[in-house]
Amino acid sequence: MREVYLENQANTKIDERVVSEMLPFLKENYGNAQSMNSLGAVSKDAVEKAREQVADLIGAKENEIYFTSCGSESNNLAVKGVAEAYNKKGKHIIVSGIEHFSVLYSARRLSQSGFEITYLPVDKYGFVSPDDIKKSLRSDTILVSVQHANPEIGTIQPIEEISKICREKNVLFHTDAVCTAGIIPVDVNKSGVDLLSLSGSQFYGPKGSSALYIKKGVRIIPQIDGGIQENGRRAGTENVPAIVGLGKACEIIKTETDENYKKMIHLRDRIISELPKKIEYIYINGPLDKRLPNNVNFSVEFIEGEGMFLHLDGKGIYVSSGSACASKSLKMSHVLSAIKVDAALGQGSILMTLSKYNTDDEIDYVLSEFPKIVKKLRDISPLYDYFQKTGKRHVAGPGTDYEHEHEHEKDNE
Amino acid sequence: MPFYSEKVMEHFQNPRNVGEIKDADGIGEVGNPVCGDMMTFYIKVKENKLEDVKFKTFGCGAAIAVSSMVSELAKGKTIDEAIKITNASVAQELGGLPPNKMHCSNLGADALHKAIENYRKKSGEKK
Repeated sequence: MREVYLENQANTKIDERVVSEMLPFLKENYGNAQSMNSLGAVSKDAVEKAREQVADLIGAKENEIYFTSCGSESNNLAVKGVAEAYNKKGKHIIVSGIEHFSVLYSARRLSQSGFEITYLPVDKYGFVSPDDIKKSLRSDTILVSVQHANPEIGTIQPIEEISKICREKNVLFHTDAVCTAGIIPVDVNKSGVDLLSLSGSQFYGPKGSSALYIKKGVRIIPQIDGGIQENGRRAGTENVPAIVGLGKACEIIKTETDENYKKMIHLRDRIISELPKKIEYIYINGPLDKRLPNNVNFSVEFIEGEGMFLHLDGKGIYVSSGSACASKSLKMSHVLSAIKVDAALGQGSILMTLSKYNTDDEIDYVLSEFPKIVKKLRDISPLYDYFQKTGKRHVAGPGTDYEHEHEHEKDNE
Repeated sequence: MPFYSEKVMEHFQNPRNVGEIKDADGIGEVGNPVCGDMMTFYIKVKENKLEDVKFKTFGCGAAIAVSSMVSELAKGKTIDEAIKITNASVAQELGGLPPNKMHCSNLGADALHKAIENYRKKSGEKK
């Protein structure tokens, strides 16, 4: 069966060149990078080469790059590590309400041990207002954490502006760049951030290959104790194959970012402009401008997201949904809630994220299959039926009594 | 292992008895779009038997499969038999449902019972 992978915010397909670079470190070069013997030295050299490659992608120095096991670990280390290092200065932290859970839950954990957290609201497109940050800063604020872009609705935040505000007030600024590094240009000098999380699995590197940039001079308390690795800031035997893979992925993406950007934005805009011509009552979530080049998120009215993605899955089209039913927690996505998407509409959200591997031909296939699936689900939807008969949106409450509802409508007519 | 059983997927892909009955003898509706699941059941009753059962459902894969299974189980049964169909027995017939889907999406039997109640109320009124 034909397969079209549109879940690249979850993971990207690894680049063959990255695999080739990693293989010797899964086979013959198995030495521990901390060992003093010759085999260890091969691993150590590879780790340090990768550190240079990562630093080079984001304009940092090698000694400002710390390898971690995933984007979540980078975010945990940034938020908790800074909080513990600076708690004598203050115990106030500012984060946006649409951060990844690894930032939000780290903040929540800190709030249980005496820290005070300000959760910034976002507008209907998901943008954080720099003015809100200015107003929220206090003399005891030690950290602001705002993501570079949102993986679900694609909103690219004004991090340069936020960074400048923080710098003026001498407050550290962390940005979660997991869904931007390798997708759009990320430059720590230009953006002026103090800490930045990135993950190789987002740009054709292996899973488990991530890093945290920590600007020289910024203090941090390790969250994994036990060893001298990563300059004493992150214990644990270096995952050399993953680190080598991350380095190679950075090296490749540095030369390909512009080309990939153009390719993805072309496909993204095709979906965004062509899908509404084929399907009525669908609405884009997130901004049209300042949006990730690989992100498409629609709410399809009268049907539910999980039903859509299961049917799409049956056609080999892999997407995700922000609906409550599609989540294991059975809650609608916190991002859609934060931008105040109507709760019923949020149930019909569908997320498609592109990679450099997607083609026009694949998008043609999606554009031809998707409307059929929507029709199939609308044909069995009581909400669509009701809308077609009455022109009204059915807003029913729990335990709705059909007779009562319909008598009520007759009264109104 | 896939998230849903083969039987759930089969009913989801090819739901039975979809639609509405124009001159239904009873209609039952449960759930709401905000929760993400809503089902409307229509029944046609002849000589105390469910001569026809149809439904429309807004919801996830489980909700659609459950509705389809309920309609299949209920069709042709007497009212007394149909009342005995429970959410749990429907889930069992489907080869099980994921634990987090047992409550929110497994409402088909409730909708059917509501349609039967609605029919009893209506036929009671006629007498």
